[in-house]
Amino acid sequence: MFKKFNAKDDIHSRTNVKSSVQRGLKLKLIEQFPKLENVIDEIIPKKGQLVIIKCTDKLSLYAMDNEVLFYQHFDDPFVPSLKLIHKFADCFPSVTVDRGAIKFILSGANIMCPGLTSKGAGLPDENLPAGTVVAILAEGKETALAVGKLIMDTDEIKKINKGIGIEVGTHLGDGLWSLEVE
Amino acid sequence: MAEDGRSALPIIYCGVCTFPPEYCEFGGTLQKCKTWLKVEYPDLYDKLYSEDALAKATEGLSLEKQEKVEREIQKLQAKEANRAEKELKKKLSSKVVVKRVERSKRKHVIAVSGVEVFGIDPKKLAKTFASKFATGASVTKNLEGKDEIVIQGDVGDEVEEYVSDLLEEKGLDGVKVERTEDKPKKKSQA
Repeated sequence: MFKKFNAKDDIHSRTNVKSSVQRGLKLKLIEQFPKLENVIDEIIPKKGQLVIIKCTDKLSLYAMDNEVLFYQHFDDPFVPSLKLIHKFADCFPSVTVDRGAIKFILSGANIMCPGLTSKGAGLPDENLPAGTVVAILAEGKETALAVGKLIMDTDEIKKINKGIGIEVGTHLGDGLWSLEVE
Repeated sequence: MAEDGRSALPIIYCGVCTFPPEYCEFGGTLQKCKTWLKVEYPDLYDKLYSEDALAKATEGLSLEKQEKVEREIQKLQAKEANRAEKELKKKLSSKVVVKRVERSKRKHVIAVSGVEVFGIDPKKLAKTFASKFATGASVTKNLEGKDEIVIQGDVGDEVEEYVSDLLEEKGLDGVKVERTEDKPKKKSQA
């Protein structure tokens, strides 16, 4: 989604988030990612000022202290930024892809089911429903390489093994990764 | 569950390609990344690039696939090197154009274009000009769609001096600053 994302052209406005809205956001985040509950105050401290950056295409970025924490497209679930996932890897559900898929993901492709069910890849044992936001790790690597949304339940991916499994939202080196917020 | 979710290693990002070091091979600047890593974090370098680490990483792939992967990495690197070279050449060959435009019989404005190629923020530069010359300065888009800084008044000489100093500071002193005159308005003869 951030393939061609330019700080100059695509950002429309930057405003502070009201503290009431900020509190609501934190609750929604904990609802979406239950494991975040312990660390949410580290990510978004009570006194911290959250900034919402509105961009083209009804895309909003939520940032604190010049670092984008997560983004939201229309009213879809929140998607954490890669840097956030690197810091708090255990708080987000994750899947592992085959080593051969890394190159394609880094150029923006979506993830096909075979890349998630082959020898080097890994899907969690518990079913994750379609629409869940997951961190995408790679075979043999410790840090996440992308963040995406499940198009099919993980059980379906294992069974059907055909078609697009995960829609990649942001990956290493894309517009969001290189974005420097002033 | 770890209290703060932090893994044993603090998150380090490569100074060359901004990726986590284990992904440097996909960034196209592997050689530079390796040299950087060796200097900054030698233990991480050993962990990633030592003999057994490489062997473990490639044991999943057959021999031909290994060679294919290596060839592709080299191709990527060559492409990136070419791209960096072309950009540098473009930087050296482009110039900053300082144009003197007539606004009315006695008044002129100076239009400075071609500053962005050198990594200079036109808005900040316009502000500096405005305070330095005590006149108005703004950034507009000219006919070609490029950003142009328009300064009110006939300050061409000072602008040229300031810009060359600025470029020299950045280390780009081979760049030309070109002066031109623009006489667009000619009353049509009916």
